Amino acid sequence: MIKAVIVMNTQGRPRLTKFYDFQHPDKQQELIRTLYSVLCNRPENVSNFVNVDSIFGPDSQLVYKHYATLYFVFVYDSAENELAMLDLIQVFVETLDKCFKNVCELDIVFNYGKLHTIVDEIIFGGQVLETNSAEVIRAVEAISKLEASSTTNRFVPKSVSSWRR
Amino acid sequence: MIMNTIDIRIKYLHIYLILRSKKQLSTNRSHITSQQLLLLPPSISPSFLLRSSSHLQFPSLSLSPHRAKLEQLKTIGRELAMGSQGGFGQSKEFLDLVKSIGEARSRAEEDRIVLHEIETLKRRITEPDIPKRKMKEFIIRLVYVEMLGHDASFGYIHAVKMTHDDNILLKRTGYLAVTLFLNDDHDLIILIVNTIQKDLKSDNYLVVCAALNAVCRLINEETIPAVLPQVVDLLNHPKEAVKKKAVMALHRFYQQSPSSVSHLVSNFRKKLSDNDPSVMGAALCPLYDLITIDGNSYKDLVGSFVSILKQVAERRLPKSYDYHQMPAPFIQIKLLKIMALLGSGDKHASEQMYTVLGDLIRKSDSSSNIGNAVLYESVCCASAIHPNTKLLEAAADAISKLLKSDSHNLKYMGIDALGRLIKLSPDVAEQHQLAVIDCLEDPDDSLKRKTFELLYKMTKSSNVEVIVDRMIEYMISINDNHYKTEIASRCVELAEQFAPSNQWFIQTMNKVFEHAGDLVNIKVVHNLMRLIAEGFGEEDDTADGQLRLSAVESYLRIIGEPKLPSTFLQVICWVLGEYGTAYGKYSASYITGKLCDVAEAYSTDDTVKAYALTALMKIYAFEKAAGRNVDMLPECQSLIEELSASHSTDLQQRAYELKAVTGLDSQAVESILPFDASCEDIEVDKSLSFLNGYVQQSLENGAQPYISDNQYSGMPSISNFRSQTHHEPSTHGLRFEAYELPKPVEQPKPTLVSPMPSTELIPVPEPSYSREFQPAAAVRPLADAGSNEIKLRLDGVQKKWGKPSYSSTPSTSNSASQNVVNGASQHDGTGNVSSKPRDTSYSYKKQPEEIDPEKQKLAASLFGGPSKAQKRPSSTSHKSTKASSHTIEKSQETKSVAEMTPPPPPPDLLDFGAPDDTGSSSIIDPFTQLEGLDAGPGALSANNSSNISSTKESDLMSLFGDTPMSPQSGFVDTLSTTDDDLIFGSSNATSKNGHAEQSQGSKGPNLKEALQKDALVRQMGVTPTSQNPNLFKDLFG
Repeated sequence: MIKAVIVMNTQGRPRLTKFYDFQHPDKQQELIRTLYSVLCNRPENVSNFVNVDSIFGPDSQLVYKHYATLYFVFVYDSAENELAMLDLIQVFVETLDKCFKNVCELDIVFNYGKLHTIVDEIIFGGQVLETNSAEVIRAVEAISKLEASSTTNRFVPKSVSSWRR
Repeated sequence: MIMNTIDIRIKYLHIYLILRSKKQLSTNRSHITSQQLLLLPPSISPSFLLRSSSHLQFPSLSLSPHRAKLEQLKTIGRELAMGSQGGFGQSKEFLDLVKSIGEARSRAEEDRIVLHEIETLKRRITEPDIPKRKMKEFIIRLVYVEMLGHDASFGYIHAVKMTHDDNILLKRTGYLAVTLFLNDDHDLIILIVNTIQKDLKSDNYLVVCAALNAVCRLINEETIPAVLPQVVDLLNHPKEAVKKKAVMALHRFYQQSPSSVSHLVSNFRKKLSDNDPSVMGAALCPLYDLITIDGNSYKDLVGSFVSILKQVAERRLPKSYDYHQMPAPFIQIKLLKIMALLGSGDKHASEQMYTVLGDLIRKSDSSSNIGNAVLYESVCCASAIHPNTKLLEAAADAISKLLKSDSHNLKYMGIDALGRLIKLSPDVAEQHQLAVIDCLEDPDDSLKRKTFELLYKMTKSSNVEVIVDRMIEYMISINDNHYKTEIASRCVELAEQFAPSNQWFIQTMNKVFEHAGDLVNIKVVHNLMRLIAEGFGEEDDTADGQLRLSAVESYLRIIGEPKLPSTFLQVICWVLGEYGTAYGKYSASYITGKLCDVAEAYSTDDTVKAYALTALMKIYAFEKAAGRNVDMLPECQSLIEELSASHSTDLQQRAYELKAVTGLDSQAVESILPFDASCEDIEVDKSLSFLNGYVQQSLENGAQPYISDNQYSGMPSISNFRSQTHHEPSTHGLRFEAYELPKPVEQPKPTLVSPMPSTELIPVPEPSYSREFQPAAAVRPLADAGSNEIKLRLDGVQKKWGKPSYSSTPSTSNSASQNVVNGASQHDGTGNVSSKPRDTSYSYKKQPEEIDPEKQKLAASLFGGPSKAQKRPSSTSHKSTKASSHTIEKSQETKSVAEMTPPPPPPDLLDFGAPDDTGSSSIIDPFTQLEGLDAGPGALSANNSSNISSTKESDLMSLFGDTPMSPQSGFVDTLSTTDDDLIFGSSNATSKNGHAEQSQGSKGPNLKEALQKDALVRQMGVTPTSQNPNLFKDLFG
């Protein structure tokens, strides 16, 4: 099971945090800080896996990937495959890239809500839901379309629409 | 459209800014970033871009000011382009917030900004008639604020209110916020449950999905029943996405509270044959969990899993399931993990898997990351199931491919896989010795730790010195206490198991204690003390003496060093007290002086002081008993005076006792504190017979006699009291079940003996219940022993229905049961190990010239040394008998040790077929046992030749296609009904084989359990000596 998805920048500021087991907000901050200190102390050109038993409790692994100014971090347990998780990050980032056209940190900051939608379409309750980024985008677009239509409807006052009818 | 153009414009402005900044920065990264953005059209760039960027090199720390500047530039760029339009659907306020936080120079400034934001939100969110869009933004801002670590609890209720909204945008935002804000036992959840119920029934599948998402995160054990029916209905929803999510939500319920959905687990089986492969994929996750807990109930699915995997690997799934030209790799991985669980220790199930595993390993695509993931998983599966020589060879080749790769990730996986394979074929490591050593010296910490794990698994007496030295060296170099503890306990364990000499053992322990003393388990400490006290041989007193003397010498050397860990000091004090003056090398005044120094230097540590004081008492007692005059050092006297007035009553008592002992005559002292008697048994007269005279006298004088407990039936007996208090917490937690208590009493046996229904996941034999309900009079005579018996008998029964065990050869099971009857002996276990032809093919390969000779030396010491390795076992088999006799003689002591671990079950009438291996496995080191049994056909000793031929046969069978598979392929009733369906059509699951499950159910001793136990023991940090013949056998000689 995937325990957490965290995106943070290279200065340790969280950009997206999602814990699939509830963590108290204070605990979340502490986890992010410890994670950051682990990540920024890792040299370049080493493996992307870190054992984080001491941070997340027994049977926790972490895989991270460093893109430009961001760290993408997945925490998971032994029911998942390390390399597959690494590729799941790839799926996530690929999807972001397609959604935002050359994604950068700012897209992530400003589209906080959409980011969550994307993550929810890839990981569901701690399990991998979809790994095809085209499928993910299709699902996300369906949602945005629905949301957009629901809000445009609102622009027409109720009285007017009833009058038209 | 307008948004898009703005977006593009921003991008280009962005690029422009970066290009400009590049001139100032001229760093590697900004260069690539601009290239990424300029040269590659987005449509084709992603994967390439991402891959290239992951290989970038830039010094991470020195760049940070530049990086900040770059980020700032980017922000400004965006800002300029967006103007006041508030792009991305966000308002200018949010933009400002993000920007100002980004520009904050310090943590305090950031906090100030965020607090200000919270104030604004608090004010505005309660205003009446906020436009819905605005409200959404407030909630998003709230989530953002909480992510930054500030309290946003004032807004939770607004998020909850939002989930009630009809507008899908608001509803989704509301759900998002509550899933991030609320714990599943938060008070507000109750307000959402109703909405969730309604939304789960919605016509709009996107609403349903949003609700399912919330369900996963917000529903707990109590609220599961409220939404369960709706979720179950959704399992048959026409939309694939909904079905998939419903399966996963059900899985989540199962994780949260297995009992509440136990009647629904059959759904997971059904979904395995769903028309939609992705739904099938989703069902694999819960099945994996279920099989982890109880593999036996799912043995019938082996055939289905194999055929699914085969079809996936043969690209029978639609193209849309491909990922990087790999057909549904995530499904493959899950299937392989499940097969590894099902095939472990089950020859019959494993045989069905050989063909498909062989194909997977052979055809694997090692150029892509995901291809290697599947390859690695296949190797793991091959080494988990019943071994097959061909498959293991292929796995070894695959591992060497991984290890030879340049990628650290693949090396990491390779080392991990090697660690799994090495149990089955110990000589695999030899081919890769240099790769392993490279990994050990790699700057990558993760890789290093993995490699230490591997070394730990391949330790034997010939290489233990090198490995433990390396481990200690690494242990000293790290700061991570968690890992330090782990590696320290591993060092101790290895040292205990394989120590080549006593001298080395003591020195190693000293090193470990010195550097990680406070981290190691306290049991290790006691173990060491006992080891020194008991000595290692029965008849050879001089060897024991030498050991003790060397211990004393080393401790006297170490004792002066500053800041020793408390636990280590306790050992030192105890050993000095017990053996400091023995053998006449050191004078009493010298030792007592040292002890006083310790007590003085660590005056804050009461335990150490207590140990020191008792040590002093012993030394004075020994002196006295030897008839020498005792001259107490002045510092000793002052210490004793000081401690007689100590706040700690324990210290006070010890001080007074010391005073009293020194006042006695030599004969009395000798009987109180005889020399070297720490291992002698102290007889305790539990019946207090020496008081009989006194009681008799009192009775004659007219005192009331005591009422015996048997007659005391009106009141609960003491033992009952104990069992009740013992049960208080558990009954408290499971209050509803209190009414079901009488059930097991009425028919205790049928419920225990009858086979468990497959839907029932966790057998719940509660021995204590029946105990509680027996009349007190019946319980009393049994007391503690009785309770043990009841419990153990249940264990035996449960095992019959429990996990299957590994080898079913009658010889082992016979000897195993004999073991139990004999009590403590374990000849066959050790005999097995020693008779195993170890490393017959050991030949140290000559390495190419250019390799560092030092590395070569290390490699030789780790992997080579065949002569030593062969010598060891032969001597151990000889000694092992001694070890066992030793154990019997000292049964009194071992009993005290055994109290820490579950006591071995007594032979039981109920326990017929199933050999009781808990007893033997706790005595024999499971890994050595595994090696002996498991080492593959090649390594099995001659008396098991029948075994070899059978494996060979199976080998051949697996080679000649899958014909033998079909009769065994399990039946899924639903599979056969949906036979004509596109994907699973060819699964030849028509022939039902109901006996398969049962016949597999009662096979041989339980390997998995033994491994689990071993893991537990390792976790605890120590294998008690009496349980560990290896320690004896290695330390004997």
